[in-house]
Amino acid sequence: MTSNPIISVRGARRRYGTFEAVRGVDLDVRRGELVALLGTNGAGKTSFVELVEGLAPADGGEVRVLGRDPYHQRREIVGSLGIMLQSAGFSGDLTVVETARTWAGTLTRPRPVDDVLAAVGLAHRADVRVASLSGGEKRRLDLALATMGDPEVLFLDEPTTGLDPESRRATWRLVQGMLAAGTTVLLTTHYLEEAEELADRIAILQAGRIVRTGAVADIVAAEPARVEFVVRNADGRAVTPSAADLPSLEGVVDVPEVDRTGRLHLRTTRLQDDLFTLLQWADARQLRLDDLDARSASLEQAFLAMDDSSSTRDDASEVAA
Amino acid sequence: MTTTTPTPTPTTRGRTTSGLRPSLRRVGVLARAELRLLVRNRTALFNALALPLLTVALITAVGGVGDGAPDVVGPMLLNVLTLMALTFVVYYNLTVAYVARREELVLKRYLVGESSRAEILAGAAVPAVVVAATQSVLGVVGVSVFLEPPALVNPLLMVVAVVGGSVMLTALAAATSGLSRTVESAQLTTLPLLFVALPFAGLFGGAAPGGSSGVFDTISTFTPLRPIADLMMLGAVGLDRDGQVLSTFGETVAAGRLSVAVLVAWTVIGVLAARRWMRWEPRR
Repeated sequence: MTSNPIISVRGARRRYGTFEAVRGVDLDVRRGELVALLGTNGAGKTSFVELVEGLAPADGGEVRVLGRDPYHQRREIVGSLGIMLQSAGFSGDLTVVETARTWAGTLTRPRPVDDVLAAVGLAHRADVRVASLSGGEKRRLDLALATMGDPEVLFLDEPTTGLDPESRRATWRLVQGMLAAGTTVLLTTHYLEEAEELADRIAILQAGRIVRTGAVADIVAAEPARVEFVVRNADGRAVTPSAADLPSLEGVVDVPEVDRTGRLHLRTTRLQDDLFTLLQWADARQLRLDDLDARSASLEQAFLAMDDSSSTRDDASEVAA
Repeated sequence: MTTTTPTPTPTTRGRTTSGLRPSLRRVGVLARAELRLLVRNRTALFNALALPLLTVALITAVGGVGDGAPDVVGPMLLNVLTLMALTFVVYYNLTVAYVARREELVLKRYLVGESSRAEILAGAAVPAVVVAATQSVLGVVGVSVFLEPPALVNPLLMVVAVVGGSVMLTALAAATSGLSRTVESAQLTTLPLLFVALPFAGLFGGAAPGGSSGVFDTISTFTPLRPIADLMMLGAVGLDRDGQVLSTFGETVAAGRLSVAVLVAWTVIGVLAARRWMRWEPRR
């Protein structure tokens, strides 16, 4: 992992009139790596990815893919790129196989059309007009075309939106296979589960800036774990302990909350120690911790927490300004 | 694999997308897909195959061409057929096709692939141009069989008229598509060329409305379709713009220079307009 990055972006900017959608983004993606770009709608994901794909020029900064400027030197690298846009169309009157053959015919080194259609599970639909395909099938045909040229660098913009769980898993397997073969992938997705499954690293984009990058494990590790339970006494009645009744917990973050159903929620950075303390405490008092649920943070929690804190920070900076 | 290279090279797998042969291959593949779509779209197919022929039949039926002498009527019909084929099959159909491909996001898809913009536009144009050219050739055959074989003083000028006219009208179609928000509005945006430039081309009698001389004729000389008509007449029977019949190849080449210049000028205008107005994805 010491070689030069396949994708290298420094201070990239993109404006639409007075609105700046991408505000100085840095990003490196190394060979064989999958980086997932996360962000809410309007965070600038697609605007940014289009710069890297070479579909639009950057208004500032430097973008390099395979050592070239993807916009101005596009012809030199386009044969090595596979691009699956969020929305691109098909001619509805062509069949699946006609569409695939046409696309293959424009590529320098196409893989066999039948193999590619089989890989995305469309072999049995080859002679169907594209207009008759379901949304999920069209998405899989999209993926087929993007991977047809056996690309060195693959861009996937929300590749599994609209897919059923089974097709989503199949897509993941296909992408994992390409990663194993050395393909470099830049993925944008709304599904955090998808990022957790596929990504070596994650970059979280917010209001045109990358607010966080790192391995999934690192990002998740920084987020407190959660513990939830309902306290019941020896008679089985629910009791609501006040904060003062609870034992002192070393890693606890914020004040534990009790929701409307009497369920107690707390967040801790020392899950094992605090859980042990809680269990001892309950045992000593002959209390039951019903529906006990203790878990490390998920990427989703980390993402939502980050979203909260940085939007608060943004608000604060705007007030200050 | 142990040393690090200064920069990753995109050509490590020996791929190259540039060059004439790959370019022609891509245009050919795109053209084949476009031909399939043309065959499957009955409206477009009717416009392409029947409309020019029906127009010729109609004009003949109402006696709108020449004074009835077969040696005059033949070239006139040929002229009408070529103009109709180029304007409806190439210009109108292509404008609609470009708008349709743009709105269904197909242009955007091709754009992310290896094809260049010019290749994508050319690929869509090839079937229309082939149909128009075939109709012109069939026109020559038909006129020769049923009326009188045209002298064909300079066939090269006829080829220049059809091929050059196709290139010019393809560029203008790309530009017009950018000014058309929907396939339906393309029926309006194509009107200026179809109903203003077409009469100026001398569709009904070898001269502009207002006679063969004067200010109308001067204006019409510089309209986009006029050089196509002039070069066709010059090439087919040696008839120049002043109504004189030239009999040698050299004379027709000299007489055709202005028309070729006008054709080139409109092609340049078309390309510039296409660069300015052509859009590759729907307005957001």
